[in-house]
Amino acid sequence: MLVSVILIAGLGLIFGAFLGYAAKKFGIEKDERIEKIIEVLPGANCGSCGYAGCADFADKVVKGVAKANLCTPGGESVSIAIAELLGVQEIEIRDTMVARVRCQGNHFKTIKKYELDTVLKSCAEARLFFHGDKSCIYGCLGYGDCVRHCPFDAIKITEQGIAVVDENKCVGCGKCVRTCPKQIIKLQNSEKRYTVLCNSKEHALHAKAGCDIACIACGKCLEVCPASAITLENNLAVIDYKKCTGCGLCALKCPTDAIFSEIKDLDFVEILKEKCIGCTKCKKVCPNSAIIGELKSPHEVVEKECIGCGICEKSCPVHAIIKKKK
Amino acid sequence: MSLSLLFGIVITSIFINNVIFAQFLGLCPFFGVTKKLSSALGMGMAVIFVLTISSAITWVVNDYILVPFKLEYLQTVVFILVIASLVQFVELLIQKSAPTLYQALGVFLPLITTNCAVLGIALINMTKSYGFIAATVNGLATAIGFTVALLLMAGIREKLEYSDIPNSFKGLPITFITAGLLAIAFMGFSGMKL
Repeated sequence: MLVSVILIAGLGLIFGAFLGYAAKKFGIEKDERIEKIIEVLPGANCGSCGYAGCADFADKVVKGVAKANLCTPGGESVSIAIAELLGVQEIEIRDTMVARVRCQGNHFKTIKKYELDTVLKSCAEARLFFHGDKSCIYGCLGYGDCVRHCPFDAIKITEQGIAVVDENKCVGCGKCVRTCPKQIIKLQNSEKRYTVLCNSKEHALHAKAGCDIACIACGKCLEVCPASAITLENNLAVIDYKKCTGCGLCALKCPTDAIFSEIKDLDFVEILKEKCIGCTKCKKVCPNSAIIGELKSPHEVVEKECIGCGICEKSCPVHAIIKKKK
Repeated sequence: MSLSLLFGIVITSIFINNVIFAQFLGLCPFFGVTKKLSSALGMGMAVIFVLTISSAITWVVNDYILVPFKLEYLQTVVFILVIASLVQFVELLIQKSAPTLYQALGVFLPLITTNCAVLGIALINMTKSYGFIAATVNGLATAIGFTVALLLMAGIREKLEYSDIPNSFKGLPITFITAGLLAIAFMGFSGMKL
């Protein structure tokens, strides 16, 4: 017994010593910045930077192949930390992105065409049978392929059978975007609150037959958008986020509620009475007629009507209008 | 030890008792690194190096340490220790001398540690009670057989890339079928008597 213990320990010691010597003799010096950058990175190995995991990204950054600001989960703080380690002064900070599931067709809005009776319930599998069991063939199937792939636990399938992203947890790595067999999930700037939450490319009649809350491409949002940021593509309203100012008029006018809005969280404006000169400029530009008041007398905002688009704020010559959070 | 016996061991290990096609040992790198001829060759070379030296060292360790102390039951543990340190050493060498090969081999290089071919041959050497030279030659020949198998497979797989394969057979399925056919072809050697 004792002999075997001593023997194994002795052999281990000999081989260990040999390896230690070899490491000194043959080892190559690694850039110590690589290790430091790996420590800074989130370590989720999500691959959103385009490299095979955090270690590979760190290696490529040090070599100068990759840019320092590519880590989406890490965001601004990690980009700055990497830039500091590399001794780079200027880096572009990229917009923080979040994933949004562009479908609201839950069990109440859609019909199940059939019951998926298989062992593994997955979206990819359901899609194989007649484009999935939902009455809308473009809709979220709700079997949670995205949930299983999310490294940050930010997606949930609600009780109504639809995937919803928790935007506080989502870091915008885009793994779900690549996973979703229906290609419903898209990345977008987290600042932009308005999204067309529908993916149906059907004509209005078919779209509406499949789902109560579908975009029917009526074009009302198109007409109302003050920044003309909306276009119709394949029977679907598409918002150009480079132009979108986030006023929310489209969501207000949408007859089927296909454009998502968080009306409760919206800003509203207030007119500072002492500054207002009563020029009526704001009253004229207000798209929702939420400003009342006569010429040359202080104007007022009807809070119920105001959607917080901020168009009046820009028009005011004396800066008497300020945005407020509700 | 006569030369004819050594020759017999070499032919047996490379063709008749090929480590992959007849003994089915070390299949993981056989499927893992045979996508490209160059990385298959690199892997083969690494295995030749590790297997030859590990056969020699394990024989010495077995005959001069384990047998005198009557500790043959520790063979597996001690052999793994030997192989693991050898693989570490080879990894250091390759990383220094051929970084691109190191990249191409990736995880399969450290996986030689757990490659059953390497441990299997060391143990087979002991059960067949080969001498020092015979054991070393057997290790070398087996590794050459392994490399031959890898190169054959890599060559075929590189050609397969350009052929029109039904969708459901693309990738691993057709590789498994190819491996099976290759193994059947190697069965032809089993009729040889040396």
